[in-house]
Amino acid sequence: MNPTDIIDRDYLRDDIPVFFPGDTLKVHVRVVEGTRERVQVFQGVVIRRQGSGARETFTVRKVSFGVGVERTFPVHSPMLAQIEVVTHGDVRRAKLYYLRDRIGKAAKIKEKRVARS
Amino acid sequence: MASKAIVGEKLGMTQIWDEQHRAVPVTVLKVAPVRVVQVKTPEREGYSALQVTWGVGRRSALTKPEHGHFESAGVEPGRRLVELRIDDTAGYEVGQQLTADLMTPGERVDVIAVSKGKGFAGGMKRHNFKGQGASHGNHKKHRAPGSVGACATPARVFKGTRMAGRMGGQQVTTLNVEVVQADAERELILVRGAVPGPRGGVVVLRDTVKGDAARGAAGSSASKGESK
Repeated sequence: MNPTDIIDRDYLRDDIPVFFPGDTLKVHVRVVEGTRERVQVFQGVVIRRQGSGARETFTVRKVSFGVGVERTFPVHSPMLAQIEVVTHGDVRRAKLYYLRDRIGKAAKIKEKRVARS
Repeated sequence: MASKAIVGEKLGMTQIWDEQHRAVPVTVLKVAPVRVVQVKTPEREGYSALQVTWGVGRRSALTKPEHGHFESAGVEPGRRLVELRIDDTAGYEVGQQLTADLMTPGERVDVIAVSKGKGFAGGMKRHNFKGQGASHGNHKKHRAPGSVGACATPARVFKGTRMAGRMGGQQVTTLNVEVVQADAERELILVRGAVPGPRGGVVVLRDTVKGDAARGAAGSSASKGESK
């Protein structure tokens, strides 16, 4: 345990779902416009999770109008209204940077079939 | 000079979120209750300061004179003896305890600590020299400092010319650092940004002596002096 964890503990969120690289997420981001606040949804594939504790971040990639867009969020950021896991992906890497070089069907990630419970 | 000061240990850095959901980089300092061992006054010692200790120290590690010093003060021996220079020691007494809530969030402080030792460092690291080109025929002189002076006049290198040498391990004061949180219960003070020294290093905090915050405080203390 790091000695700074006693501070981190106060700022960790417990409403974050379990998700891994390869999963498709809907990230609900709070956007402040002047005095008004609204929620914007960013949907895409998690291509990495990085760091630990209060400083952990994840990166979501989507292709918007033919342009690849990647956004990195701190996992425990209060800016995130909600994280929704859409599908679990079946991938063999922790960092899915190879998706950047692929377009169309080749960039598709297989869905993970979970054993019947 | 500062009107108050306290000593702690650096635990490390992390980040927290402020009300605007912005990430704030903070250094976490452990500030255990500090015990005053000796109050130094201009009349007796020629300057005003508090000699303090904190934590628990091994009695067997003390020399006899140190043992006697703690004994006569009636204070439990701690990790180390540290002197805190402050303007006025009136109101402080031997055996008194100072805790982390001496500092308040939003206040500006100076942080004094011994920086990490860097060993024998070259000119680029030690004095931010530019080094030399990577190409254009340069041969094994990429990080060299270049010329250190002229030729037959003065026929010597001036004193104080910046060169390679020992770097770090010196006392460094970081001025005007914001206190983000002060928690006496958990014995923690959080300051914004980085602080000199390694984790576990001893760090002295004092209210800042420069900048707007210090001028404001100095003005108020001066008016207090007049009213007396």
